[in-house]
Amino acid sequence: MLNLVWLIPALPLLGFALILLLGRRLGEPVAGWLATLMTGAAFAITVALFFDLISKPAEKREHVRTLFTWIAAGRFHVDLAFLADPLSITMALFVTGIGTLIHMFAIGYMHGDPKFSKFFLYLNLFVFSMLMLVLGSNMLVTFLGWEGVGTCSYFLISFWHTRNSAAVAGKKAFVTNRIGDWGFMMAMFFTFKAVGSLDFLALKEGAAALSHSTALAIALFAFVGACGKSAQLPLYVWLPDAMEGPTPVSALIHAATMVTAGVFLMVRMAPVLHEVPQAGTVIAIVGAATALFAATVAVAQNDIKKVLAYSTVSQLGYMFLAVGSGAYVAAIFHMVTHAFFKALMFLGSGSVIHGMHEEQDMRRMGMLRKFMPVTAITFIIGWLAIAGVPPFAGFWSKDEILLNAWHKSPALWAVGLVTALLTAYYMTRQVIMVFFSDARWESHAEDHGAHGEFKPHESSPIMLLPLVVLAGLSVVGGAINLPFSSSVKRLEIWLEPVVGEAETKWPSPTSTKIILAGFAVLVGLIGIAAAYAVYQKKRAKAIEPAILADAWRVDKTYAAFMGGPGRKMFDLITLADARGVDGAVNGIAAEARNFGTVLRKLQTGFVRRYAIGISVGAIALVTWFVSRGMF
Amino acid sequence: MSFPLLTSLILLPLIGAIVVAVLPNSRPETVRVVGLLFAVGTGALSLYALASFKTHEAGYQMISNHTWIKDWGSSWHLGIDGISLFLVVLTGILFPIAILGADPHHDHKPYTAWLLLLEAGVMGSFLSLDLLLFFLFFEIVLVPMYFLIGGWGYDKRVYAALKFFIFTMAGSAFMFVGILATVALYHRATGHWTFDLIEISKSQVIGVKSARILFMSFAIAFAVKVPLFPLHTWLPDAHTQAPTAGSVILAGVMLKLGTYGFIRFGLELFPEASHHYRHVLIIMAVIGIIYGAICATMQKDLKRLVAYSSVAHLGFIVLGTFALTTTSVTGSVSQMINHGVSTGALFLLVGMIYERRHTRQIAELGGIQKVAPIFAAAFTVVMLSSIGVPGLNGFVGEFMVLIGSFRTARWYVTVAAAGVILAALYLLWAYQRVFHGEPNDDNKTFRELKLSEGLVLLPLIGLIVFSGVYPKPMLDRIEPSVQRILTALDKQLIKPANPDAQETTDDGEVVEGAGEVKK
Repeated sequence: MLNLVWLIPALPLLGFALILLLGRRLGEPVAGWLATLMTGAAFAITVALFFDLISKPAEKREHVRTLFTWIAAGRFHVDLAFLADPLSITMALFVTGIGTLIHMFAIGYMHGDPKFSKFFLYLNLFVFSMLMLVLGSNMLVTFLGWEGVGTCSYFLISFWHTRNSAAVAGKKAFVTNRIGDWGFMMAMFFTFKAVGSLDFLALKEGAAALSHSTALAIALFAFVGACGKSAQLPLYVWLPDAMEGPTPVSALIHAATMVTAGVFLMVRMAPVLHEVPQAGTVIAIVGAATALFAATVAVAQNDIKKVLAYSTVSQLGYMFLAVGSGAYVAAIFHMVTHAFFKALMFLGSGSVIHGMHEEQDMRRMGMLRKFMPVTAITFIIGWLAIAGVPPFAGFWSKDEILLNAWHKSPALWAVGLVTALLTAYYMTRQVIMVFFSDARWESHAEDHGAHGEFKPHESSPIMLLPLVVLAGLSVVGGAINLPFSSSVKRLEIWLEPVVGEAETKWPSPTSTKIILAGFAVLVGLIGIAAAYAVYQKKRAKAIEPAILADAWRVDKTYAAFMGGPGRKMFDLITLADARGVDGAVNGIAAEARNFGTVLRKLQTGFVRRYAIGISVGAIALVTWFVSRGMF
Repeated sequence: MSFPLLTSLILLPLIGAIVVAVLPNSRPETVRVVGLLFAVGTGALSLYALASFKTHEAGYQMISNHTWIKDWGSSWHLGIDGISLFLVVLTGILFPIAILGADPHHDHKPYTAWLLLLEAGVMGSFLSLDLLLFFLFFEIVLVPMYFLIGGWGYDKRVYAALKFFIFTMAGSAFMFVGILATVALYHRATGHWTFDLIEISKSQVIGVKSARILFMSFAIAFAVKVPLFPLHTWLPDAHTQAPTAGSVILAGVMLKLGTYGFIRFGLELFPEASHHYRHVLIIMAVIGIIYGAICATMQKDLKRLVAYSSVAHLGFIVLGTFALTTTSVTGSVSQMINHGVSTGALFLLVGMIYERRHTRQIAELGGIQKVAPIFAAAFTVVMLSSIGVPGLNGFVGEFMVLIGSFRTARWYVTVAAAGVILAALYLLWAYQRVFHGEPNDDNKTFRELKLSEGLVLLPLIGLIVFSGVYPKPMLDRIEPSVQRILTALDKQLIKPANPDAQETTDDGEVVEGAGEVKK
C-alpha cells in the first residue's frame, strides 16, 4: 500500500496534463471539476495511506519508494524517490484536503473568467509541486517541488497579467524567493559535502556526526531558504503584493500550503537544528520579530486581503518561533490549524469581494452579515480561532507555541503575547469593518451606478460549502493535540518517530501551563474589547498611523534602493562593458588604424590577408620559441 | 572495415554544401529543401552514432584512422567519446532546426551552402583526434560564420563580423603556436613526429614548465571562443547582428568549441597545467557569471540580453570543468548540451518576434501574452529552462556543476550560485516587459505561433523537459569518459585533485574535516 505514495502527486500531474491537452475543449466548468476530482482522488489515497501507516508499529512508519535514478555522476547520486512517514503524510493530508476545498470554491469564484481552464491548469500543477515538496525523500526532490510551487505562484500571481501591478508582483515573488533558493542550495551543498547524500534519512542519521560549523551552516542556510518561501523578515515583501492573484490562490498558496513550506523544511532539518541550539535562537528571534512586525502592520491595512496577508506573515512568524524553541510538533500543529482558519478567512474574503462586485476596501463595506449570512458566520468562526478564543483551534496551537517560547526565553514569550493581543485586535477590527458597523457601500454603489441600486449578495452554494467545512475544522481542529494528558497529545505521538529525538522537552508544571494559557486568553479578550470599543462603539479614535499602513516603509526602502543605487550600479557596470572593456578593444583598433600610412595599407579589410599575416607571425613565433630552446 | 560513420558525419554536410553550390540560384525553395535534406541526413547519422555508442565505455569509439600527411605524423584520426557524443548529436539536431526555423529572405543558395560547410567544420572539430586536423576544422568554422553574419545579418553586421573574426583568429594564433610547439617538444623528447592527440596526451613527456606555457596558449584560444570575461565583447555584437540561424548555431554549438576544447585539449592534453591554472580560469568564470547576468539585466535589445545570458551560462560550464570533480565536469558537459538546446530555442523565438515586429527593442514590445498565448507559453518554458528551474534541463547541469564544484571551490560556488538569482531577474523582467501588460496598437496584431513554427520548436521543448526529468541516459554516457580523463589527471599530480576518483581506491574512509563522515 505505501508503495502507492507516488500516486498522490501523480494524480494532480495527470490533471495538469489532461487540461493542457484538452483545456479549451473542456471549458467551464468541466476543467474545474476535473482538477477538483484529481486533487480529491489524491486526498482519498492519502487518507488510505494514513490508515495504513497508523496501523503499523511506530518505529516502522517510514517508507521510501524509489521511482528511478534522477541525477547521478561521480559521488553524487539522487533518486526520484518519495518518503512516506508521519510528517509527510500529515502535510499531504492537509495539502490535498484543503486543496480540494479550494479547487471547489474556485469553480464558483472563477466563473465567467475567459481563462477559466488555464487557472485550473496552474492550480493542479501547483498541487503536484507542493506534494513533491512534502513527499520528497531527499532535499533535491523537495527542491524540485519548492521551485515548482514558486513557479506556479509566479503564474498565478500574474494570472491577470494585463494588469501591470499583477505582472510586477509575480516577478517580485519569484525573484525574492530565488534569494531564499540560493540559501536552500547552499544548505544542500554543505549537506552533500559532509554527509555524502541529500537523503533526509541519511541526514537524520549523520546529523550527530556533523562538525559544529557545518551543522550551523546547513541550519542557517536552510533557514535563509525558509525565510524566502515562508515570507519572514527580511524577505517577506513579496507576500503582501502576491494578493494581486485571484483570491483562491491567496488561500491555497499564500496562506495554507506553499508559505508553510519553509516551516516544513525546518522541521525536516530538525535533527541538524538539534545539534546547534544557536541556530534555533536565531530562528526564534527572526520568527518572533516577524510575528510582531507583521501584526503591527495588519492593524492599519484597509484592503481586506492585505490584512489577511500580513496576518499570515505574522502567524508564520509564530511557527518559526516554535521551530526555534525546538517545539517542532507545536509548529506543525499551528501550521495545520492555521491552514484551516486562514484558508477559511481568505475564501471568506473572496466571497465578500465577489458579493461586493470586486470591492476590496473595507472602508466601503460594513453590515454585510445581513446580506451574506453564511459567509459572515463562517468568517466569525475563523476570527475566533485566530484570536485565540478557547475552544477554537487556534487557541490550542498558539498556546503550545507560547508555552515553548516561555521556556526558550521569557522575552520571546512576551513578544508572542503582544502579537497575540494585536492579532485579536486587528482581526476584530476586520470583522467589524466588514460584517458589522454600518453599511458604507453607497459610494461603491455610485461607482457601479448602472442600475442605481446596489446590493451585496451571498455567494453560490459551491463557494459556501468549502467555507462551512473549513469552519467546522476551525472549531474542532485543536482536538488533534490537546494538552490535558499525554494520551490526547495525538499529533505529538504521531510525529514522535520523525521529530521525537530532536524535540526539546521542557519540563513544565501544570500550574505554569494554566497561568500562561490564562495570559493568552486574557490578552486575546483585551484585543477584542479594544477593537470593539474603537470600531463598533467608536469610543476612541482609531490609531492607524501612516507608517504602519506603509508597513514601516521597508518595502519602499527596498524599492528605492533597487530603483536608485542598485540600478545605477548595474547601469554603470553595463556602461563600463560598452565603454571600458569593449571600448578598449575598439580603441586599440582605432589606434592601429591611425598608425601611419604603411600600416594603413595593410588594413585592407580583407580577412584573407589578416589570416595570412597572423599565420606567418605565428610560425615565426614558434620557430623562435623552439630554436631558443627555452622549453 | 565497417561503415565510416564519423567520416560521413563530416563529409555529408560538406557534400551538401557543394551540391547546394551548384544548384541554380533561381529556385530558393529547391535550395532550401536540398539543404534541409542534407542537414536532416547528418542529424539522422548523429542519432545513429548515439544509438551505436557503447554506454559504459570510457575511451574513444568508432575510431577512424587513416594516414594523411605521413611526413608530419598527421593523420585523419576521428573518434567519439562521452565528452563529444552529445555535442555531435546536438550539432546534428540544431542545424536542420536552424535551417527550418529561420528564413534568410535573400540569397538562399550561398546562405545554405555556408551553413552546411559550417556544420561540416563543427562536426570535424568535435571528432578530430589529431591536433592539426582539429586546428584546421576549428579555423574552417570561422569562414562560413563570418560570411553568414556579414551577409545576412542586421544593420551593424560588417562591424560585428569583422570583430568576431579578428577576435577568434587572434586567439587561434596562440593555439597554432601551441600546437606546433607541442609537436616539436614531443619530437624532441621521443624523436617521433606526430600530431596524434591520444599518443601525446598518454605519454605526458613534455616538461611541467613547458606544458604550462603550452596550456596557456591553448587556453587563450578557447577563452576567446567560450567567451570568458574579459574576452567576451565580440559575442554580444556577433549574436545580435547574426541572422537567426547564425545566432542559434553560434550559441548552440560554436561556443561549445571553447568549453569542449578546455576539456579535450586542456584537462586531457595538459592535465598538470590545467590543475595548476584552475583558479585563474575559475575566477574568470565566476566573474563572467555575475558580470554577464548584470549586463544582461540592463540590455534594451532582447537579442543582446540573450547573448549576455550566454556569457553567464558558459561561466558555469568553465567553473565545473576546472573544479575537476567527476560530478562537476559531467555537469559541465551536460550543461553544454542543455545550454545549446535552450538558448538555441530562445534565439529562434526572438527571431520569430523580429519577423513579426521588425524590432528587438524591449521597450517597443509588450502585452504579447494577451494576443499570442501559445507563443508566450513556448517562450515561458524555454525561459524557465534557462533560469534553471528543476524539472527542466537547465537545472540538471547547473546544479551538478555547483554541487560538484563545492567540494573543491567552495567560495567560488557560493558566489556563482548567486548567479541563479540574477538569471531569474533579467529573464523575468524582460518577460514582464515583452509579454505582460496590455498590448499597444503595434503589438495588437502580433501573430500567434504558426503550426510550422511550433513543429520546429517542439523537439527542443521535448528535449528541455525530457533531459530535465530523466537525464540519466545522457549522464551515463558522459560520466565514464570524464572519469577516464580525471583519473589520468590525478596520476599526474602528487596530491589528488579529484575526491571522486579517490573513492574508487579506498572506501568508507573519513575524508577531510573532523567529524564529517563519508557515506
